[in-house]
Amino acid sequence: MNLQAVAVRAGPSATAEPLPVKISIRHLDFFYGNFHALKDINLDIAAGRITAFIGPSGCGKSTLLRTMNRMYSLYPGQRATGDIQFGGRNLLDSRIDLNMLRAKIGMVFQRPTPFPMSIYDNIAFGVRLYETMSARAMDERVEWALTKAAMWDEAKDKLKQSGMALSGGQQQRLCIARAVAVKPEILLLDEPTSALDPISTAKIEELLSELKTDYTIVMVTHNMQQAARVSDYTAYMYLGELIEFGATDDIFLKPKRKETEDYITGRFG
Amino acid sequence: MRASVRWVTVASIPATIRLSPRAASAAASRMPKPKQRRSTRFQDALFRWFTRSFAFLVLAILLGIIVSLIYGSLPAMQKFGFGFLISAEWNPVTEKFGALVPIVGTLVTSLIALLVGVPVSFGIALFLTEMSPLWLKRPLGTAIELLAAIPSIIYGMWGLFVLAPLFADYLQPWLISTVGAAPLIGALFKGPPQGIGVLTAGFVLAIMVIPFIASVMRDVFEIVPPVLKESAYGIGCTTWEVVRNVVLPYTKAGVIGGIMLGLGRALGETMAVTFLIGNAHRLTPSILAPGNSIASALANEFTEAVGDVYTSALIELGLILFVITFVVLALAKLLLLQLARGEGRTT
Amino acid sequence: MKSLYSRRLFVNRFNLAMSMLAMAFGLVFLLWILYTLFAAGLHAFSITLFTQMTPPPGSKGGLLNAIMGSLLMATMGTLIGTPVGIFAGIYLAEYGARGWLAPVTRFINDILLSAPSIVIGLFIYEIYVFQVGHFSAWAGSLALALIVIPVVVRTTENMLRLVPDSLREAAVALGTPQWKMILMVTLKAVRAGVITGVLLAIARISGETAPLLFTALNNQFWTTNPNAPMSNLPVVIFQFAMSPYSDWQELAWAGALLITLTVLVLNIVARLFFRQAPAK
Repeated sequence: MNLQAVAVRAGPSATAEPLPVKISIRHLDFFYGNFHALKDINLDIAAGRITAFIGPSGCGKSTLLRTMNRMYSLYPGQRATGDIQFGGRNLLDSRIDLNMLRAKIGMVFQRPTPFPMSIYDNIAFGVRLYETMSARAMDERVEWALTKAAMWDEAKDKLKQSGMALSGGQQQRLCIARAVAVKPEILLLDEPTSALDPISTAKIEELLSELKTDYTIVMVTHNMQQAARVSDYTAYMYLGELIEFGATDDIFLKPKRKETEDYITGRFG
Repeated sequence: MRASVRWVTVASIPATIRLSPRAASAAASRMPKPKQRRSTRFQDALFRWFTRSFAFLVLAILLGIIVSLIYGSLPAMQKFGFGFLISAEWNPVTEKFGALVPIVGTLVTSLIALLVGVPVSFGIALFLTEMSPLWLKRPLGTAIELLAAIPSIIYGMWGLFVLAPLFADYLQPWLISTVGAAPLIGALFKGPPQGIGVLTAGFVLAIMVIPFIASVMRDVFEIVPPVLKESAYGIGCTTWEVVRNVVLPYTKAGVIGGIMLGLGRALGETMAVTFLIGNAHRLTPSILAPGNSIASALANEFTEAVGDVYTSALIELGLILFVITFVVLALAKLLLLQLARGEGRTT
Repeated sequence: MKSLYSRRLFVNRFNLAMSMLAMAFGLVFLLWILYTLFAAGLHAFSITLFTQMTPPPGSKGGLLNAIMGSLLMATMGTLIGTPVGIFAGIYLAEYGARGWLAPVTRFINDILLSAPSIVIGLFIYEIYVFQVGHFSAWAGSLALALIVIPVVVRTTENMLRLVPDSLREAAVALGTPQWKMILMVTLKAVRAGVITGVLLAIARISGETAPLLFTALNNQFWTTNPNAPMSNLPVVIFQFAMSPYSDWQELAWAGALLITLTVLVLNIVARLFFRQAPAK
């Protein structure tokens, strides 16, 4: 299921020339203890595009997302085998510096997770881990990150207030600003709007379309309509396997596999 | 590592590429400098080792207590052997000591404390969870917790100056004339009504353990799922029947745990008992008589003990007390684990 | 059939009445004790408590050296015990998923938490007082620290466990090293709870007598030398209350009132502090 093949097979909705690949996953297997959660996943993530993972609960889409920033390494008993190529290296290799990896590949979670500090410090925290800069440069970076997350106007007078004093939608945009502030190459979003109201959801979806010019975005969503609205490529997963992957329009309008069609038309899931 | 250097510079590429060459060089001079990449793996390992050593320290404290107590008891252990545990003799002059009186005193006062304290605690927990109006719950709960906060020396003083005289004037004469006249049981209630003694100490101990046991009981009663209780009410059970047939079986692990916690406290309680138990090394069946507990013997006599054997005998008493409380607490934990496992739940 | 039902109703009413009595039992004794304390203690309460030293039998005086001694040893005990407790609690909560050390430490900590405090005093006597040959405030502080440690370990671990994994993951996802994540995010998030635990530990050691009996002993005079026996409120109260001298007994009540007020205030402050903090 590599992108070159997809681009060639697809019709007029996809671009004709092959897209740069940011992450290339080959023969990925994942285990929670003895439970085989991901089975021989092969997938390319296109640079500068939004790729969505969809599927019923328990299909492995969050698991797959979390392999990309090695988040599972926090938990003993969870392991992955295979190859995930990023920046010319296999990021499953045990010699990889995980902290640096996570500076390149950022993540936003389902529930907003502001740190127990001011809005300013929430954003500065990640930046300070990797760069030393003057106070004025940091101010600029914070403003830049909040602007990128469409939060500058709402937050600029409240920078010293606690991050936890914001509404749910604002907290989530703060988390996006925080992730963006360290200038990663890739943003992983794990059901970023499922805990939010429809208005905040709409704001964030709008934000994502703007962010993709600078970042590669991979998103897990249980909301098919959201995937159809927002993403360029969609992967449909079921019971740990990648059933179908392709341009979003193709997946939703002309799915190649019956399982995909059943899920999309709501016959199950 | 060359690879990590490469990754750092990759981060700065997107910003410069999009600018014109002149702006790019100006931007580069303003570019924040990446931090020195010291190995965070080392820092993390160091921190982990650091906190680990404090966990070891806790272990070391316990081991230290056991070892030092054993070491300090050696002279007495060598002199008296196991007879120490069953001898009621306590003579500093002839240097003959036996632990029986303090051990019995400790166990009897704790038993009295539980006999009085457990039903009362249960009643309090029942009241707080099933009967109390909502606005009273928090103040009453706090009031009970205040009982736990009062230092034990206060209990001792109040017991000695207020309760003991009342016991001597009213309760104890009544007990002697009623229960004391009965056969068999009567032997427990003989002797002059002095006020202080095993009974008074046990009673005050009961008041001291009530807040602990009641709090634990209340906490476990409150987490019984309302659905369970509602299904019992739904078939017409009275409140008492719901408590007896649904709440208690569901919470039995926590209830037992709470009782054992209270027992642990009662066994080790020093100051209140010291004030009230009378410090007498005599073994009598009557609970109205003065006696001794391990903690009170230590409190009263340790600083004046002269000679290795005397001191060592007292330390051995301390060792025995520690072993008893250790065993009670360990049993409680194992029991809780077993009950939880048996029901497929972990506490 | 009807008699069975009325019997059930009777049993129900009886038991509920008993539970009300039990509640009343608890309240009566609480109020009785507090009343006695205030009545007897206020009687002897005066400014001289804080200005004069403990007197010899049969004369009037104050409790100044005892108050100072207690303050000093409680402070030292807290300063020694709190860091130990916090770091051990961090280990149990953050690194305790694997291995044998964490479950064993937790078990032992629970034992220490409920261990008789007189045994703690005996332990410090054996390893410190006996070795150096004299009683001292250092010994007393050490004994108090050993009482603080299990309390702080327990509250720190419990508080840290309440932090949802998603917050930790959010920090890790930025590339934060684990030690920074623990200190600057996780611990910070439960700062209020940990402080409450420390306050409760201080309240506990304020009233403890037994651990000081054979460590700090007592001192009739004023001293700030931590290497010598130091006066402290609980032991002074013990000595004075058990004596036959009425002046001493009065001072004992005043001291008892002082300790109880301190403990109650600390408890209330801890509760209020904890309830306020989550709103931040």
